[in-house]
Amino acid sequence: MSSTFIGMPSFPAAARQAVQDAQLRHNLRKATHTIRGKRGEVVGELDDWAELRDAGRAIKDRTLRHLDRYLEQLEEQATGAGATVHWAADAEEANAIVTRLVRATGEREVVKVKSMATQEIGLNEALAQAGITAYETDLAELIVQLSDDFPSHILVPAIHRNRAEIREIFARRMAEWGVPAPDGLGDDPRELAEAARVHLREKFLTAKVAVSGANFAVAETGSLVVLESEGNGRMCLTLPETLISVVGIEKLVPTWADLEVFMQLLPRSSTGERMNPYSSVWTGATPGDGPQDVHLVLLDNGRTDTLADRVGRQALRCIRCSACLNICPVYERSGGHSYGSVYPGPIGAVLTPQLRGVQGSMEASLPYASSLCGACYEVCPVAIDIPEILVHLRERVASGPGHAAERAAMAAAETVLGDHRLLHMAQRAASAARGAVPRRLPGPGAGWTDTRDIPDIPPRPFRDWWREHEKERARGGGSGDAGGRTEHEGGDR
Amino acid sequence: MRIALFITCVNDTLYPDTGRAVVRLLERLGHEVVFPEAQTCCGQMHYNTGYRRDAQRLAVRFVTTFAGTGADAVLAPSASCAAMIRDNYPRLAEEGSRLARATAELAPRVHDLSELLVDVLGVTDVGAYFPHTVTYHPTCHGLRLLGLGDRPYRLLREVRGLELKELPGAEECCGFGGTFAVKNPDVSAAMGSDKARGIASTGAEVVCAVDNSCLMHIGGTLRRERAGVKTVHLAEILASTEQEPARV
Ligand code: SF4
Repeated sequence: MSSTFIGMPSFPAAARQAVQDAQLRHNLRKATHTIRGKRGEVVGELDDWAELRDAGRAIKDRTLRHLDRYLEQLEEQATGAGATVHWAADAEEANAIVTRLVRATGEREVVKVKSMATQEIGLNEALAQAGITAYETDLAELIVQLSDDFPSHILVPAIHRNRAEIREIFARRMAEWGVPAPDGLGDDPRELAEAARVHLREKFLTAKVAVSGANFAVAETGSLVVLESEGNGRMCLTLPETLISVVGIEKLVPTWADLEVFMQLLPRSSTGERMNPYSSVWTGATPGDGPQDVHLVLLDNGRTDTLADRVGRQALRCIRCSACLNICPVYERSGGHSYGSVYPGPIGAVLTPQLRGVQGSMEASLPYASSLCGACYEVCPVAIDIPEILVHLRERVASGPGHAAERAAMAAAETVLGDHRLLHMAQRAASAARGAVPRRLPGPGAGWTDTRDIPDIPPRPFRDWWREHEKERARGGGSGDAGGRTEHEGGDR
Repeated sequence: MRIALFITCVNDTLYPDTGRAVVRLLERLGHEVVFPEAQTCCGQMHYNTGYRRDAQRLAVRFVTTFAGTGADAVLAPSASCAAMIRDNYPRLAEEGSRLARATAELAPRVHDLSELLVDVLGVTDVGAYFPHTVTYHPTCHGLRLLGLGDRPYRLLREVRGLELKELPGAEECCGFGGTFAVKNPDVSAAMGSDKARGIASTGAEVVCAVDNSCLMHIGGTLRRERAGVKTVHLAEILASTEQEPARV
């Protein structure tokens, strides 16, 4: 994946910083709660949402099962329509292809439609190395680019910024990248949008080359589809002479009828809108209209390996709606950067370790970045069972190096829990030592006791009480509950 | 009805009061309760932390222990343990294995307390008396995996003397998540803190749930923050009567 995030600390350490940033937590809470509320309303309007979700899942699964066939169909159709199709096994190959294509035009600047795939491969950085400047044209992406920042959300990459911060970034950095921000720029959203519009218009009017991704690729006609809210992407897809689209191989849908399902699922799940504001479709090149030199770079970059895993392959159904981010209590506190890749939140926690492997410490920490509360699964419009994949990936991580101590502790726990006599002995030992349990635990337990009190250990476990209760019952002594009073000293646990 | 108790390792060791309350309640309702002594743990911690083999062994032990009880139903007064058995045992079992067969036979009879009372025993008024203000935290596994819905609320609304307070942000996770609380202590604590604030804002004396693990996390946070709100398992409220009131 992209070089941008390499060297990030692993999730718990990165999240610690985020949790302490009160402004960030406030921004995130406000933004995610607003959008999650909107999603809830518009999803609630459809009484066939469950069926739509099932259909979305089924279409994606069927496509993934026959991916090779549909990819060939896509290539054939796109080529027939006048596009050139390229295959990229990994990020390096994809970047090399795009760089070569841009160089061939003789241009040194490209405009970009917001695209996760190009961020995943670190395309902007690769182009910069080749002396080519890539201009992001999505408003939030522009904010991230101008502030040398990383995106922190799939849909709203600058979700962690508030208006005042954005105003400051525009005023300080726009001049370096083109048309400067107007003097006396305020932080009213309309003023900020206008400043961005003026800044970007110059790019749209001069750019000869555009780079995009695609939300969907329709195999039956070789068409690519981009959904957006601002219309800036459409400018890039119409005005330039050359268009290069980098598309993950899992973005396929077989037919237009299949696409119809996602045109309902995606806007409601992601922006909480009933219909998507700007939906652009392009099929190869059309003489005299739009870009005449059209390229499609089909990107693997770990997807085939993910497809080979029975449980993990579900993640390839993802349509990047970001509903799972907006509902996730962990994302809300840790922010997107903590996930160390362009895919933050629950989907990032399962996608990144699969695309990159779990050898790195960041990647190995991601499957644990969840309380397994299940909210992500519940909102996911294509029913990706994210908790199931998380547990599956934990298994992969736990069997690897660096987990020997935990493995031993778990095995020891299993030994005790695997035999009720051993468990009983351990319980009695704990009860006997109940006064001696420190308020602050050593080792990994300290993370618990630093912020929470551990419960008091009761004088005896349930199973001891039960034996007496049985005896009393045999003697005909009613409930045998000695007045039913609690033995639990310390009152409130 | 003959009901086998799966008291769960956490309840057995740390919260025996919950087990006692369950026994009192079910016997008061006229049912026969059995406690297979060979029982230990459902394997949830091992499963969720990525130790599938260990979890498998504990699952086999569980189904073996409970298969022979001749009980009509198995009660697990912990939503996450009930969900572990019903949702995850089938995933742990190799196709056609003994575990798969035993799970298919046993899992449909495993219930959380609110399911057992409302669906199996058909009662919502269990004759309880609990003169306190209470707010209910629907734990994630109870809410999303078991789909308990309004069952716990229906039971609580029938308790005499009890005043139910609505919990803001009720459906949000408290941040416990088993080993999550240890592996990601900062995020877990931040979630717990927000949950504790929501609970305190209701003005209730007691927060109630169907899972003592979540209550341990919430209670530890409330206690640290000196919020003065007590944590009580639903079973203890339902077992409470005028003659033998639960102490809070
Ligand atoms: S995993 Fe599901 S909810 Fe999350 S972004 Fe992908 S499609 Fe949306």
